[in-house]
Amino acid sequence: MFYRENGQFKTTYAADQQIFTIAQDKWFVLGVIAFAFLVVPMLADEYMFRAILIPFLILSLAALGVNLLVGYCGQITLGAGAFMAVGAYAAYNFLIRIDGMPLIAALLLGGLVSAGMGILFGIPSLRVRGLYLAVATLAAQFFCDWAFLRIKWFTNDSASGSVSISELNVFGWIIDSPTEKYLFCLAFIVLFAIIGKNLTRATIGRQWMAIRDMDVAAEVIGIRPMYAKLSAFAVSSFFVGVAGALWGFVHLGSWEPAAFSVDRSFQLLFMVIIGGLGSILGSFFGAAFIVVLPIFLNQFLPALGSLFGIAISTAAVSHAELIIFGSLIVFFLIVEPHGLARLWAIAKEKLRLWPFPH
Amino acid sequence: MGFFIETLIGGLMAGMLYSLVALGFVLIFKSSGVFNFAQGAMVLFAALAMARFSEWANRALGGDSLLLANIIAFFGAGLAMLVVAWAVERFVLRKLVNQEGATLLMVTLGITYVLEGIGQTVFGSEIYNIDVGMPKDPVIMFESIFEGGILINKEDFIAALIAALLVGLLTLFFQKTPVGRALRAVADDHQAAQSIGIPLNRIWVIVWLVAGIVALVAGIIWGSKLGVQFSLATVALRALPVVILGGLTSVPGAIVGGLIIGVGEKLSEVYIGPMVGGGIEIWFAYMLALVFLLFRPQGLFGEKIINRV
Repeated sequence: MFYRENGQFKTTYAADQQIFTIAQDKWFVLGVIAFAFLVVPMLADEYMFRAILIPFLILSLAALGVNLLVGYCGQITLGAGAFMAVGAYAAYNFLIRIDGMPLIAALLLGGLVSAGMGILFGIPSLRVRGLYLAVATLAAQFFCDWAFLRIKWFTNDSASGSVSISELNVFGWIIDSPTEKYLFCLAFIVLFAIIGKNLTRATIGRQWMAIRDMDVAAEVIGIRPMYAKLSAFAVSSFFVGVAGALWGFVHLGSWEPAAFSVDRSFQLLFMVIIGGLGSILGSFFGAAFIVVLPIFLNQFLPALGSLFGIAISTAAVSHAELIIFGSLIVFFLIVEPHGLARLWAIAKEKLRLWPFPH
Repeated sequence: MGFFIETLIGGLMAGMLYSLVALGFVLIFKSSGVFNFAQGAMVLFAALAMARFSEWANRALGGDSLLLANIIAFFGAGLAMLVVAWAVERFVLRKLVNQEGATLLMVTLGITYVLEGIGQTVFGSEIYNIDVGMPKDPVIMFESIFEGGILINKEDFIAALIAALLVGLLTLFFQKTPVGRALRAVADDHQAAQSIGIPLNRIWVIVWLVAGIVALVAGIIWGSKLGVQFSLATVALRALPVVILGGLTSVPGAIVGGLIIGVGEKLSEVYIGPMVGGGIEIWFAYMLALVFLLFRPQGLFGEKIINRV
């Protein structure tokens, strides 16, 4: 009843090509962004920020990057964690080795270095595809794990192998409280989400999708596979690299290579697939699901146990978490292989007809 | 020269062990098109089952006969893998027929978590030993040819023999038995196989069971070498380059790939490793596989991929 495009006439091409052609969509998204910027900082407490909101934001950025590559260009990657690591360590080195390097410039340069690595490790995609490529990208993961552990130059010769950032200073604004960190990340994520959304609507995004749907056919109609695939790798790695830098700088503060292990790569791929391949919104859904679920299980299971008078040991809880987490993933994939974004689309479709049956 | 050959042989034997894990991947991919990441978890699960069953059986028998306890445990663990295979087919695969490769891959990652959780809940999460009476002491051979001889681990040698035997049996099973033929038919074309009356569901249970048994053998060998613990699940990651190097659909490919990766890893670790600070084994294997892939994108023995518009 309320969610209708009836009466919203487009009189210019620009109006017809805007991101949200339905006014309700536009206002809803603007409302969510305003809510995130204005209301959430007032409502959330410190634990909320540290454990849920900041990881959620940063991982959605990373998931967005992975989605550009996997969902839009169809190149499965298991090396996203490596590109996060590259972004984080590159940004760290830019920041400490160059005097007076602004924080934001360091983060973006970290992303650029990561994009370069992405192109390098994307080269096999020109020859191999599908699952072979997925395994090939693991090479990036293990190589980076090793490099950041063994090559001391990357970690500024720190004895313990871990690196840390003393303070986050954006043009004189010192970011130290969780609220400020949250807002800093949020600004990044909103900006990158808009960029990502627009990329996928532009020529380059259409090329990626053509490559994803059938690369031979795309080549026949004049899309250069090399350019399309490598640009997808570069853009995706840029996003993931910036997310990695934010993860290290803002969320962790000090970190070791293990923070970006192969588990992180799997986690990001989970987010993309559970959220919905080829959907910007889906990346956020997926990230929310994967971030919140373990925390929820962690809190909920002991409570459930005590309800029945069973004291559950921490080991048992962690095992039960594994089982439930795994089963939920299987369950979701069986119920909706196209991800949460698809459920969202179905809900919107239903809302359009409501309250009429047809 | 003696040292080189010693490294080479060590690499070949390590390669056989990788092949064992890789075989599990290949079997399942061949017959159901599922890239089974859970193979590592299956190895862990099978090894945990074997270790604990053998412990319990030994206690129940009063510690008289280790051999008998081990045989009971082997069948017990095999039964456990049958349950796993059945559950995977019944609750997961049956509902995901015709889904994309990426979705199926993610599902097996979900299965990985479930198996790791269940395995550790049921069997405990400490480090266990599997004692199947494998000799641990190394022997020195070819003293007449090389100065100082060549040091060979008897345990590795037996493991390699078992792996070779298993591969022979699997090849026979695939080529000569009716079930094996049905498996190959399913691998070629699900629909065609179904239309001539091959029950897909049962075939999948069988193939996951066979992969489970392979995982069990791999688990016993790896477990008796390294002890049964959580890190056993990560052998899957070591075996992945083997699978793509050999070709996802080829049993001999898994073996040859395993040998190449095993030798490559050992030689690189010994000869290149010291130059760059060591620990390069794991990514070197992947790089090696990548280089092979650049020349043969479908792996050494994989089926040639033909792209049509």
